[in-house]
Amino acid sequence: MSSETLEIQLIAAVVAVACALPGVFLVLRRMAMMSDAISHAILVGIAAAAIFVTEDLTSPLLIVAAAATGVLTVSLVELLNQTRLIREDAAIGITFPALFSVGVILIARYAGDVHLDTDAVLLGELAFAPFNRFEVLEYDLGPRALWVMGVILCVNVVFIAFFYKELKLVTFDANLAATLGFSPALVHYGMMTLVSITAVGAFDAVGSILVVALMIAPPVTAYLLTNRLSRMIGLSGLIGVASAVAGYWFAHHQDASIAGSMGLMTGVFFALALLFAPNRGIVAIARRRASQRWEFAQTMLTIHLFSHEGLPEAEREAHVNHLSSHLHWEPDFAQQVVRNAERRGFIRNRSGRLNLTEQGREMAQLALVK
Amino acid sequence: MMLLELGKDLILDYTLRTVALGSATLGVVSGALGCYAVLRKQSLLGDAISHAALPGVALAFLFTQSKAPLVLVCGAAIAGWVATLFVIGIVNNTRIKEDSALGLVLSVFFSVGLVLLTVIQKMPTAKQSGLDTFLFGQAAALLERDVVTMASLGGMTLMIMLFFWKEFKLLCFDSAFGASLGFPMAVLDVLLITLLVIAIVLGLQTVGVVLMSAMVVAPAAAARQWTDRLGGMVVLSAFFGAIAGVGGAVISSSAVRIPTGPTIVLSISAIVVFSIAFAPNRGLVWNWVRSQRERKKLQIEVVLNDLYTLASQHADLQHSHSTAVLLAMSANRGNVRHSLRELVSLGWVENVNTDEWALTSEGVIKARYIAERQE
Repeated sequence: MSSETLEIQLIAAVVAVACALPGVFLVLRRMAMMSDAISHAILVGIAAAAIFVTEDLTSPLLIVAAAATGVLTVSLVELLNQTRLIREDAAIGITFPALFSVGVILIARYAGDVHLDTDAVLLGELAFAPFNRFEVLEYDLGPRALWVMGVILCVNVVFIAFFYKELKLVTFDANLAATLGFSPALVHYGMMTLVSITAVGAFDAVGSILVVALMIAPPVTAYLLTNRLSRMIGLSGLIGVASAVAGYWFAHHQDASIAGSMGLMTGVFFALALLFAPNRGIVAIARRRASQRWEFAQTMLTIHLFSHEGLPEAEREAHVNHLSSHLHWEPDFAQQVVRNAERRGFIRNRSGRLNLTEQGREMAQLALVK
Repeated sequence: MMLLELGKDLILDYTLRTVALGSATLGVVSGALGCYAVLRKQSLLGDAISHAALPGVALAFLFTQSKAPLVLVCGAAIAGWVATLFVIGIVNNTRIKEDSALGLVLSVFFSVGLVLLTVIQKMPTAKQSGLDTFLFGQAAALLERDVVTMASLGGMTLMIMLFFWKEFKLLCFDSAFGASLGFPMAVLDVLLITLLVIAIVLGLQTVGVVLMSAMVVAPAAAARQWTDRLGGMVVLSAFFGAIAGVGGAVISSSAVRIPTGPTIVLSISAIVVFSIAFAPNRGLVWNWVRSQRERKKLQIEVVLNDLYTLASQHADLQHSHSTAVLLAMSANRGNVRHSLRELVSLGWVENVNTDEWALTSEGVIKARYIAERQE
């Protein structure tokens, strides 16, 4: 592995974790689409800062401007929402395209003066990231993107670790948080600033759409796998890193866009979780339903036999062939149920004539009492 | 003079006419269908659909090797439709909430589209140029045949919308009632979403993936401020969409280096802001005026009531009192001096001495009425 491929993967992994951390709270607070809005709207901040303030596209001023735009977006959405004339989803859908439009027009007007490209903002190009080095006194300290995202990751980790209790409280019970004297608004805006900073740091490496993928998909996947916040954060980070690395190698083999492949991989991991998650996966749910169906059928069978036991009609009622007419079971299904019940020791099958065992009788009584 | 010139350009200039017509068509179709999305709280679905259309465009090209708008639009529509079904499926079958499902499907579909685009780019047979106009939109590159495609497909969706007017109305406002009447609400839901998908996909070439969501949401949100009737809202929304389309096309043609798509979006955003401020009944400005008026009325009543209460301590109900007493009595509740002037002009209070005020006989009746009402 050359140092370049290693560096790209490292950057991708750091970006993935940095995005997943605030993403967890966005998903839990039902504000996932805010990441979409912010990651698009910051274009105007980046463009304005690049055109009017500094020509240096690597200047930290750009991050400050973009973060401010992110907070501006959130405030505008809230402002529209508070008029009660426009619902929140519509407010988001109006605000960020408007801001994005201003950004696109700014860039188009001053295209000659800035090396800023709408394509690059939306799509990003991770493959070029290693060429932009961070040098201090002519010492090469590695790719600049790695440093930028590393710092942002640290900020995210520190913020979440420091305000973990507050975030948890505001996320799960905002009213209780307010009653106890924590300000949900403060935590909210803090979180949104974090999302903005992360989005702007990541845009140049992976593009704004992938920021959305990395912020939402890993936490949503983790959400299917666990009920604990701490585990969800850890899992999101892991899934993010896995998507990043798998995406890089997929892109490498298919000669495709790295950012796109990473997004694709977050989708693949989500699909895997959706299918095979231990409790909430589609397979687990289907198996649970199926086993419940057999369980219920066996209980029905024991109750049926129990209620006719020792009575004159028992000879007729307790025969396998009778089940389909009495319990409305398909003959095949009836055979299967009988076989299962016999294997589990609830009944004895004497060439079609069914008798309850002691265990089966207990089960029927138990079910009837319930 | 300038307007006349613009009008002449609109009719005679081929490019401007095509762009303006195309944008107007897009505005009408997405404006009309956007109403349903906004009313059903599905505003962000438009955003998801437009992003998710990208892999459809790429796949349509991969399979047919054709860049005909109709082929690409069909591919986009199928992908957008599948994405919507995914969103609905995820929301209905897992504990994942709608916003997360939207964001997830949007970004993953878009990523797949990106991967496909880069794959196409590297194929020796064809360049992907022309495909990425779907990403950012390129209204200036609209051709007459594109506009014809848009108009005929858009017209078709609008016809279907009108045909199922009553059913869609039920779906929006009381789906459960519709189901109890025996309408197949699930089928109607899918049909309405299909129409929305077509409307969105038609606009992608003009304004691009990111801005399309505004074309769905903004005209409807603006129209909602002016009317409480669905019919009025759909017509107004289509009208706003058309105005923004033509306005954006004209503005961007009259200045250098201003792309059309963003200009259209900014135009419709301006219409939204104007509507929020000035729409009668709901608008913020009228609301403010109304609340000011109410406030003034209340202040007047407070002063009148105070004067009445003070006078009831005397044998004569028209006993006069000084401003200072009234000021102390009102305890900052009312704008006493202003209210007194208003009361005098209404003829309910008269100025006895320079600084003494008394109820008139009409004022006594009025004050008694207000006091009774308050009990």
